[in-house]
Amino acid sequence: MDWSPLWISLATSLTATVITLAAGLAAAAWRQHRRGPALALVDGIFLLPLVLPPTVVGLLLLLLFGRNGPLGKFLLKFDASVVFSWPATVIAAAVVAFPLMYLTARSALEQVDSHFLEAARILGASEFRVFREVALPLAWPGVLAGTILSFARALGEFGATLMLAGNIPGKTETIPIAIYFAVEAGDVRGAFTWCAIDIAISLVLLAGLYYWTHVQGSAPARWARL
Amino acid sequence: MPLEVQIAKKLRDFKLDVSFRSDDAPLSILGPSGAGKTMLLRCIAGLERPDSGRIVLNDRVLFDSERHTQIPVRGRRVGLLFQHYALLPHRTVAENIAFGLHRLPAAEQAERVTDLVARTHLSGLESRYPRELSGGEQQRVALSRALAIEPEALLLDEPLSALDTHLRSQMEAQLQETFATYRRPALLVTHNMEEAYRLGEELLVLSRGRVSASGAKERIFRRPPTVEVARLTGCKNFSRARALAEGLVEAVDWGCQLRVGHSIAHPVAHVGIRAHHLDFVESSDTNAAIENTFPCWLVRSSETPFRITLYLRLHKPPGDARNYHLQAEVYKEKWERFRHRPFPWHLRISADQLVLFPE
Repeated sequence: MDWSPLWISLATSLTATVITLAAGLAAAAWRQHRRGPALALVDGIFLLPLVLPPTVVGLLLLLLFGRNGPLGKFLLKFDASVVFSWPATVIAAAVVAFPLMYLTARSALEQVDSHFLEAARILGASEFRVFREVALPLAWPGVLAGTILSFARALGEFGATLMLAGNIPGKTETIPIAIYFAVEAGDVRGAFTWCAIDIAISLVLLAGLYYWTHVQGSAPARWARL
Repeated sequence: MPLEVQIAKKLRDFKLDVSFRSDDAPLSILGPSGAGKTMLLRCIAGLERPDSGRIVLNDRVLFDSERHTQIPVRGRRVGLLFQHYALLPHRTVAENIAFGLHRLPAAEQAERVTDLVARTHLSGLESRYPRELSGGEQQRVALSRALAIEPEALLLDEPLSALDTHLRSQMEAQLQETFATYRRPALLVTHNMEEAYRLGEELLVLSRGRVSASGAKERIFRRPPTVEVARLTGCKNFSRARALAEGLVEAVDWGCQLRVGHSIAHPVAHVGIRAHHLDFVESSDTNAAIENTFPCWLVRSSETPFRITLYLRLHKPPGDARNYHLQAEVYKEKWERFRHRPFPWHLRISADQLVLFPE
């Protein structure tokens, strides 16, 4: 059996999660103390990948990264193209997972008691230090939950990936895509094997998430516990 | 003058409009809840922006609305003790205290933490987390952390309100010790008049965003300028009043005429007397001859461990329990001596202790 879809899926999801974590945190931190009607639009754009069908996201990404798309043209200058390559699976997964990361990170940061941030500022800390040494550690359990959700979402990504990265075995063929094409080719046994593997990974992740949020408790509860 | 504050800021229900100066001695800011005390401290620390005005600390302009100067919070070098401490829960005691010292070399940081830990009696707790400390210990860590950056002014927001009675007196001693060596502007916000009196050298009374009295605490407590300040400083008995002649006023609500000890400078609108200044005298047939002494009846009483508050009605027996004129506070030893005497008792409203309030 060709195990490449497992490794591709894991590599793609991990890379996409790291990118999503950085981008989601940055967006949440930027958004945190801002108010205004224009931001509703920004929020809307950030959350769009959550509500659009993945095929639509994939098509939009294709327009963006295609030969005639703005980013595609830019990449061509460096003789690079992402469409139908492994990076495309990462881009598709990251974009689709981003809203989950953004939402959970934002609510986790908003729940940090502002007195802690104020105390740090009074003690001379820069905004960057306030974020890194106070807001982030206190919001960390929430951020971690968002990271796990993002990873799970990236792992399950199908539609956008197929649109942008296609199905190239050993290169862009992730587990969901392998399942689809196995079923199409009549390979029921292969399809079920991949299904079982996918369920196992997801269960471990979700059980871990449940353990973290319910058994360990949320951040304030944990810090307050004797 | 080390600290000069003159600010205005519109709040939800009223306008905070305050102007005062503070030198190198603790200043108590006394006011009821919601008088704008915390907002005032937050404006000085830079956590809130006043609508207009000026804040100057040791010749450094922290805020000036006309010159559009606003030094950010981190550059103000002001120490603030939050009401609920705001200790970083994920940092140990030593790390909390050292949080503001990150620019110093590690050796110097450690030295300063050791020094502060000793001064605030926290030795041995350096590696504990805030959740593992008692309220009093948390409070001392917060104080150490505020002092660690050697702030040019210290702001304390209700520092004792979250502590129980026993810890409160300990912490009060700690603060007195700190103030004795600190000798820089220190503002202490409280709604407790005894705390304000014990810890501050000067006093500023704030009500609904305005300064209603300021100056030496002894003077404000002895001769409060308004009924409101008198009430905030613990005076319980008030009556509307009008001057009848030199040295004589009529207390309208109490239905009596009173000799006053000092000359009446302004048109008198109210008189007041503190509950513990009221005195009971032996019954005598000639009690009309004793100055400011009136027959009274007990309406009801309320006990604390060592003292009793007596709600009294003058001139005739009371109709119902809400209908009292004055409340008097006496030690129980004294109360035992006259509690079994028949009514009426004879209440003396001392002319020297009577406070007159102008219109």
